[in-house]
Amino acid sequence: MRELLPVAMLGGVLGLDVVCFPQMMISRPIVAGTVAGAFVGDSATGMLVGATLELIALATLPFGASRYPEWGSAAVVGSAIASAMHMQASGAITVGVLMALATAWVGGWTLVKLREWNAWLARRKRGALEHGSRGAVVGLQLAGLTSDLTRATILTALAYWLLSPLARAMVALWSFDATVSRAVTVGAACAVAAAAAWTIFHTARGARWYFAAGLMVGLLLLTLR
Amino acid sequence: MTAAATPRGFPAPAPAPHVSAMTWVSVFGRMLAIQGSWNYETLLGNGIGFALEPALRRLPGGVHSDAFKQAMTRESAYFNAHPYLTSVAVGALARAELSGVPPERIERFRTALCGPLGSVGDRLIWAGWLPFSSLIALVAFGFGATPMTVVLLFVILYNAGHFGLRAWGLYVGWTRGLAVASALGNPVLRQGPAYIARAAAAVAGVAIPLAASRILGFRGPLFVGALACGAVIAVALVRVHGRVEGWKLVLVLIALFALVSVAR
Repeated sequence: MRELLPVAMLGGVLGLDVVCFPQMMISRPIVAGTVAGAFVGDSATGMLVGATLELIALATLPFGASRYPEWGSAAVVGSAIASAMHMQASGAITVGVLMALATAWVGGWTLVKLREWNAWLARRKRGALEHGSRGAVVGLQLAGLTSDLTRATILTALAYWLLSPLARAMVALWSFDATVSRAVTVGAACAVAAAAAWTIFHTARGARWYFAAGLMVGLLLLTLR
Repeated sequence: MTAAATPRGFPAPAPAPHVSAMTWVSVFGRMLAIQGSWNYETLLGNGIGFALEPALRRLPGGVHSDAFKQAMTRESAYFNAHPYLTSVAVGALARAELSGVPPERIERFRTALCGPLGSVGDRLIWAGWLPFSSLIALVAFGFGATPMTVVLLFVILYNAGHFGLRAWGLYVGWTRGLAVASALGNPVLRQGPAYIARAAAAVAGVAIPLAASRILGFRGPLFVGALACGAVIAVALVRVHGRVEGWKLVLVLIALFALVSVAR
């Protein structure tokens, strides 16, 4: 567990990116997963978990007040767990994805609580805000940013600390071989990605034909390689 | 951004007051944290006040004046829009406040901007540029790119659009002032989402099988079976659209699979 502190700090920074600062989308699973993998010494495995999660994350669009999973911290947790096992075990990728999804669910809940906390802070400062207090405006913003960084860091630390031993125990008892395990995970992720692509883009005229043409090209490329 | 470049056909805003480059850097930097205190009551409101504060210090009398305090009160009230496109509002509101536009006009303008800036930004970024950039990164991943290449490709591509949009918004907001609504008729904002959606749909078709192949690390009957099962589940998800969230379904499926694998 030497890696707990750096992993938690990475999760904090990437969790902060999801909504608060700077929204560069370095919290997207394909980035967060790869970087988390590099942190524990196996960026290739981290990228595999990150890419799988990225396919799944295509379905969740971060529209304003809607509730959505928090992928930044989650991708760090899942990828770090899988990368720490270095793909030796057959279920490493699948278990990593599972742990990331569970963390993303809890992370989404913590985002809702953070917004309620920010509202409570704003209510406490209402008088000062109504008088145009510069200190209240800046203070509220800094309190929100600090709270989010703290939220994401604690979430990552707790999730990694609790789920890492569980993941190792699961992988030790894993009975399916690596090919079947990955096929199930990838099949499920591709289903979500394809449904998301259809749902998001089908309203654009002709998009379904573009999707079909792209699919043909993708399959053709696979057969030619 | 100190000169008022008024495009033909728009009412000329009052002459632009001088705002230093350092102030703009400060405003831009703060815009990156505009959602820092996002909450269910004022939404982005406090973030707008926070981002505008360096510019409002230029009001006559500075930070201790009544004008500054009244402007801070106005600008920190409820506001909702796409976080990147709030730059348009920040630029226009800075221009209006520093030009001495009557408060009731500023408040009406502020309210009117919320809807358009939200819907345009959501379609252009969340449902367009973000998935497009993700899918391009997945194509690179599927082609066997190194981790560093995949990460840099996504971050650079996505943020070229992200920072470009924020900078454009601040510029156009400042130069057009209260006439900025016409800027939302820009072809990139009006037709861009449809073009990006078509491009993203095509890239999605390429990305999904390529990425699946690389994650699996092999091709064969099992790979074909995984894709076929995936296609069936995808059709089912599309049919029950809105009632089942894809990521939750995957969570349940993988949890059940893991349970069987561990227990048998």
